[in-house]
Amino acid sequence: MLCSFPLKPPEASTLSVEWDYLYYFLTALTIFFSGLIFAAVFYFAIKYRRREKNEVPPQNEGNLMLELTWTIIPSLICVFIFVWSAHVFMRASSPPANATEIFVVGKQWMWKVQHPEGPREINQLHVPVNEPVRLTMTSEDVIHDFGVPAFRIKRDVVPGMYSTEWFEATKTGQYHLFCDQFCGMGHSTMVGTIFVMSPEDYAHWLTSQLNTKPMFASGELLYTQLGCNTCHTPDGKPGVPPLAGLYGSEVKLQNGKTVTADDAYLRESILGPESIVGYPPTMPTYQGQLNEEEVLQLIAYIKSLGSPGERKATKQ
Amino acid sequence: MADAAHASAAPVAHQFDDFEQQTIADTFGMWLFLATEVLFFGGLFCGYSLYRNLYFEAFTAGSHLLKINYGAFYTVLLICSSLTMALGVRAAQLRRRTALMVLVSLTWIMGFAFVFVKLRYEWYGDYLEGLVPGLNWAPSRESMEMINHFHAAGPHVALFFIFYFCMTGLHALHMVVGLGLLTTLLIFAKQGKVTGGNYNWVELVGLYWHFVDIVWIFLFPLLYLIGGRYV
Amino acid sequence: MSTVAVELTPTLPEVHYLNADYGWRSWLFTTDHKRIAWLYLFAITGFFAVGGLMATLMRLNLIEPQGLLMEPASYNKLFTAHGLIMIFFFLAPSIPTVLGNFLIPIMIGARDVAFPKLNLLSWYIFMLAGSVFMFSVIRGGVDTGWTLYTPLSTTYANGHVLSAAVGIFISGFSSILTGLNFMVTIHKMRAPGMTWFRLPLFIWALYATSVIFILAMPVIAITLALIALERVFHVGIFDPALGGDPILFQHLFWFFGHPEVYILILPSMGVMSELVAAGCRKRIFGYSFVAFSSVAIAAISFMVWGHHMFLSGQSLYAGFVFSALSFAVAIPSAIKVFNWTATMHKGSVSYDAPMLYAIGFIGLFTIGGLTGLFLASLGTDVHLHDTYFVVAHFHYVMVGGAIMGYLGGLHLWWPKMTGKLYPEAWARFACLLVFAGFNLTFGPQFILGYLGMPRRYAVYAPEFQVLNVMSSAGASILAVGYLIPLIYFTWSAFKGPVAGPNPWGAKGLEWTIPSPPPTNNFDETPIVTEAYAYGPEEAHVG
Repeated sequence: MLCSFPLKPPEASTLSVEWDYLYYFLTALTIFFSGLIFAAVFYFAIKYRRREKNEVPPQNEGNLMLELTWTIIPSLICVFIFVWSAHVFMRASSPPANATEIFVVGKQWMWKVQHPEGPREINQLHVPVNEPVRLTMTSEDVIHDFGVPAFRIKRDVVPGMYSTEWFEATKTGQYHLFCDQFCGMGHSTMVGTIFVMSPEDYAHWLTSQLNTKPMFASGELLYTQLGCNTCHTPDGKPGVPPLAGLYGSEVKLQNGKTVTADDAYLRESILGPESIVGYPPTMPTYQGQLNEEEVLQLIAYIKSLGSPGERKATKQ
Repeated sequence: MADAAHASAAPVAHQFDDFEQQTIADTFGMWLFLATEVLFFGGLFCGYSLYRNLYFEAFTAGSHLLKINYGAFYTVLLICSSLTMALGVRAAQLRRRTALMVLVSLTWIMGFAFVFVKLRYEWYGDYLEGLVPGLNWAPSRESMEMINHFHAAGPHVALFFIFYFCMTGLHALHMVVGLGLLTTLLIFAKQGKVTGGNYNWVELVGLYWHFVDIVWIFLFPLLYLIGGRYV
Repeated sequence: MSTVAVELTPTLPEVHYLNADYGWRSWLFTTDHKRIAWLYLFAITGFFAVGGLMATLMRLNLIEPQGLLMEPASYNKLFTAHGLIMIFFFLAPSIPTVLGNFLIPIMIGARDVAFPKLNLLSWYIFMLAGSVFMFSVIRGGVDTGWTLYTPLSTTYANGHVLSAAVGIFISGFSSILTGLNFMVTIHKMRAPGMTWFRLPLFIWALYATSVIFILAMPVIAITLALIALERVFHVGIFDPALGGDPILFQHLFWFFGHPEVYILILPSMGVMSELVAAGCRKRIFGYSFVAFSSVAIAAISFMVWGHHMFLSGQSLYAGFVFSALSFAVAIPSAIKVFNWTATMHKGSVSYDAPMLYAIGFIGLFTIGGLTGLFLASLGTDVHLHDTYFVVAHFHYVMVGGAIMGYLGGLHLWWPKMTGKLYPEAWARFACLLVFAGFNLTFGPQFILGYLGMPRRYAVYAPEFQVLNVMSSAGASILAVGYLIPLIYFTWSAFKGPVAGPNPWGAKGLEWTIPSPPPTNNFDETPIVTEAYAYGPEEAHVG
């Protein structure tokens, strides 16, 4: 037991390898410069140790060349690190367009995961290997953080907004999921497991789950139950936007600005009607009637009604 | 400038070499203190800017719910009080004890009027209209009409009012402290302590008073004048 | 090699600031900056003991993956209190209020600070703040982490957030007034000939620190007021359900919070310059570079707060700017380390405790600073954010850096403050214990962070246990290393040998006056012609 503790987290995503290179470079740099300073200090402390009680050494004001050297060289090294690291960060922040979207809702003190195909998980996330996955996340209460050390990814999960992170797992296996933003009493127990499976095993797992109503279908059910269809008819009423083709389109707000109707816009429209919606505020707010998971299901449904330019039969 | 002949009669604290050093140090200290006050109010201005940007309609609605006549009255009052305060400094420089006392009293009266009118009429009025978040946020029918007119959402207007009460409240608190300083100054003036060539105390209180005035000059347009008044 | 005269049989002066007046009133109503320094010393030592006790309990608990001693709810309160106490009630005041109060007037040739009564008021405000805060701890504590993130702290936390926030709020005013006092003192009360570039570098560092006190502390004050408001009145400034923005809190908090950590390290860097100069009997190499570095650090520190928020939801481009500026703020610190090291070259290096602490500082601060780069750089921060890597980094700079500097300074100036010498052998031993214990405590935490162990975890995955046990073992050594000076300092104050005005053979105005100094510091106002006047200059001028 004493000898078998890990010193390195698993490298299980496309980002991990890239990240580790940068990390090792910085570690080497740290060891090098610390070593340099340690060696110099040690050497000077011994070679120039005080030999007589009253001695005073000759004085030395300084040396401009030396100052410039040890200012400019570290600055250049810092620029180098900054550029490399910013590049890694950009990669970590740019999900590929074909990434599968999975939805995460954090709440004190558990992770609730929804696959678009329907299966729901608590404190677990099953994903296929070698396929990019994008997580769209929000919190129901305080700020949490969805961190997977093996993938070298982490992102705060904030109430009132959606945050995203992505990964492409490269090795099957089980990996830690940790909440990485202090969220109260159960923070250290808000942990879970990421299961990376082969594509066949994943497909099998998806179909073997009990809750297989796809998200958009759950959303459609909510849509009807809450009476959304009474105002949002397919042809649209005056002052009420039709929802087909809404997702991804440009919407003009009341104050003249234009925004894209994305997830955040839809969430804001459902939970807190504002002039952000772009229409007179006749829509009632559903805050308190819907939890975050249900909002995501409704958004999935609206998405299924097509993006601008798509001609898709609406399910009305 | 301190008058050397009379300054030697004024007390110099033991850590200072001479009267001039004490005066300069005291003044510098007051300026530094005012710098901290800028940062103190700054946090509120920062939050205000963010939310005004996010919820402009709500902030416009909230601004229209404020009683602009009171705001204008305070502005005039404070500018006048800064005038009397500045004249007071001059009176102290010229060693006119009576003039100084009159001017400080006038400043005090105007400052007191500010606080009294604000609390007794403006804020109490807001309370009656249900516009105090946390206490009794339940806007009256007229207020709701104003809010709807601007297509604003109730909670965001409440946010405006939180900042309104915080910012003007913090300002009013500073006014009250200022009234205390003026009272002390009045007592010193009566005792002749600041008209013997050592008018620095008057200048320091003046600096503080002008600062509080300037904060109001910022608060008035930012809170009361959003979106114009051509409703 | 020239020599310096070190008195052979020193005696205590007959009248000095400690025996000039007796009785509790002469201490509690004093306006003597030196006595106020002692008032602070006792206060912060008490707080350090409380914070240290909490750390001990935390590290004991972490020996077992499921927690050895307590439930997570209690652990959460412990680390919150540990952080708040150590930062606000120990580290931030430590060097400025103890060493700064004692030394600033003396080092610049003044009789006292600019506003002595304000100085005493600062101490009373500090004590009031500490009492209010300890009241909140005793009532049950806060469990939000020292960073008090919303909406946890405003809406969901069950602890005594309000009283803790009030305590911290009050302590901020103590710091502001101290900073104000120091700035006016340094600007306006220097002795004839004491130009800016003849000031000891300790003064430059404390000046820079005072600027940060003045500009940053008010922001935390207003932020705490907003938290209190939201908590009491349930208005929605930071609550998304009511239109508020939790990220606004983070911006406000870290706008204060980052400069705050430079409040914690800058004074220690100032002490370092004095330790190295005295310990090598040499003018600090590159004086103006070190002086300007202090100012540069203070200035840039206000522009990097977003590096605590790379993953919070701020924009990508804001992240780039903050990251770049965070690298920029590292450079002046590096310049200082290089200059201190260069001072040792061809110096006369002593092995007394002050110099040993200085050497320890150089090593540990270098590691702490370089590991900061991992966090300043966007890519690596993703994985390391909120893990034990961050904990290790800031303890390296705050304990390995700031506290080592504080201890070194206490050792250097103890003879001046008390007129007595502490036992050198014990001091060296304690220093080595602290160094070893410290590295064993916090070194393994870098690995834990890389492995992904999050901070603020009361229970953890079993594979992290060995490293946690190592860390806790180190903590026990560190604790002993801190206890030993407490004992010998107390002993030496009563029974130590007399020190004389200048036991180190160092240069500086403080070493020209008796130990302990008279109440008014100088019988005659000194006239200054140079800083660190150790001897004739070599031809080698940069």
